[in-house]
Amino acid sequence: MRPPTVATAVARVSAGVAMSHVPAIGAASDLGKTDDDYWRPVFAGFEFSRRWIAQQRPDVIFLVYNDHATVFDLNAIPTFAIGCGDEYEIADEGWGPRPVPKVMGAPDLAWHVRQAVIQDDFDLTAVNNIAVDHGLTVPLTLMFDRPDAWPVLVVPFAVNVIVYPPPSGRRCFELGKSVRKAIDSFDADLNVQVWGTGGMSHQLQGPRAGFINQDFDARFLDALVEEPERLCRLSLIDYMREAGSEGIELVMWLIMRGALNDKVTEMHRHYHVPASNTAVGHLILENR
Amino acid sequence: MALDKPYGDIPGTTVFDSDMARLGFHANQFCMSLMKAENRKRFLADERAYLDEWPMSEEQKKAFLDRNYNRLLELGANVYYFGKLFFTDGMSFEKGAASMTGMAQDAYRAMMISGGRRPEDDVRLASAGRPKAPRRRSGQGPDAAADRGNRRG
Repeated sequence: MRPPTVATAVARVSAGVAMSHVPAIGAASDLGKTDDDYWRPVFAGFEFSRRWIAQQRPDVIFLVYNDHATVFDLNAIPTFAIGCGDEYEIADEGWGPRPVPKVMGAPDLAWHVRQAVIQDDFDLTAVNNIAVDHGLTVPLTLMFDRPDAWPVLVVPFAVNVIVYPPPSGRRCFELGKSVRKAIDSFDADLNVQVWGTGGMSHQLQGPRAGFINQDFDARFLDALVEEPERLCRLSLIDYMREAGSEGIELVMWLIMRGALNDKVTEMHRHYHVPASNTAVGHLILENR
Repeated sequence: MALDKPYGDIPGTTVFDSDMARLGFHANQFCMSLMKAENRKRFLADERAYLDEWPMSEEQKKAFLDRNYNRLLELGANVYYFGKLFFTDGMSFEKGAASMTGMAQDAYRAMMISGGRRPEDDVRLASAGRPKAPRRRSGQGPDAAADRGNRRG
């Protein structure tokens, strides 16, 4: 006879990963250039990460990224968009789609998070039939190399960081907490990781293009691990001034951090300049 | 009441805010059209005719024809959008970014490998103002010519 209440397994957030998502990194992988002198130091920093994630075996990645005028142009500019579809095609960003597997969604979890997070006062836009660009696929490449099929399901979570203003760092951090609560309340035995992508310091436009701030990046990495609350006080102007106009993507890392425990263990850190125009940063944080 | 815009003093930087997005709407949507191969082909076959299909200002059209990216920034185009034009021209994002700094691609790449443009450079940029637009012969600068050669090769 069954007891009156059955304890059901719920989803759990085990870890967070942050990394840059420079398109040239994807091209280096796709064209077999990862052992070139220029690219070796970038990819070397992910050797630990690939071993680590093979052991962690996450079921789902809640993947925070931004679309780069690929799907969302000026016709629709959602601040936060959650992918609720079954699967996602690889976008053609103007030079043909990357030769990587299509991305399989986690629609049950995504629809659940959508409802819970909106009820928690964060107004998400649900999207279904979207292609995903390098913002989402380069992180998968960095963590899983070149498999025949991605070994995880993905909930794409797109943030507008192109048309000013993006959401503030504070807003992103609080949203991460709300996403965490939503995942924690999903009735399925799932090991979920939350990834925050983009950054670190870089500027692609104007006479200031090529801007890199290694001191800022180092302080950002330290604070993200130990004092994310303090990072929430950075204004959007601070990011543009200190990390370059496109370094403002770093607010997305705060969604990941907000979804983790207050205390985390830093499992791995990697930093390298440059990948094309950008400082590459990478962190693996486990909940403790 | 005017919006608070505390970001006008970041040197060498155009913030793509509501005013710029409004100003550059058609310019940016033109760039989006270059995501399709058939449109890239049509554009390259007759750039002026293709641009005339879009309700852009003459200044914006001229800046596209001249590949004057710093001017395009002032006219409301955004780098992620006109990046589609880099690719249409067979040009990398690195080279596109370099072109806006007034540096040759080799020098820009060397700067990046040695750690990128330092924050201290903001002082120089603030006093220098915007660099002059790259000189182009009949809308075809030497770099553009090399790029076109590469694309066709």
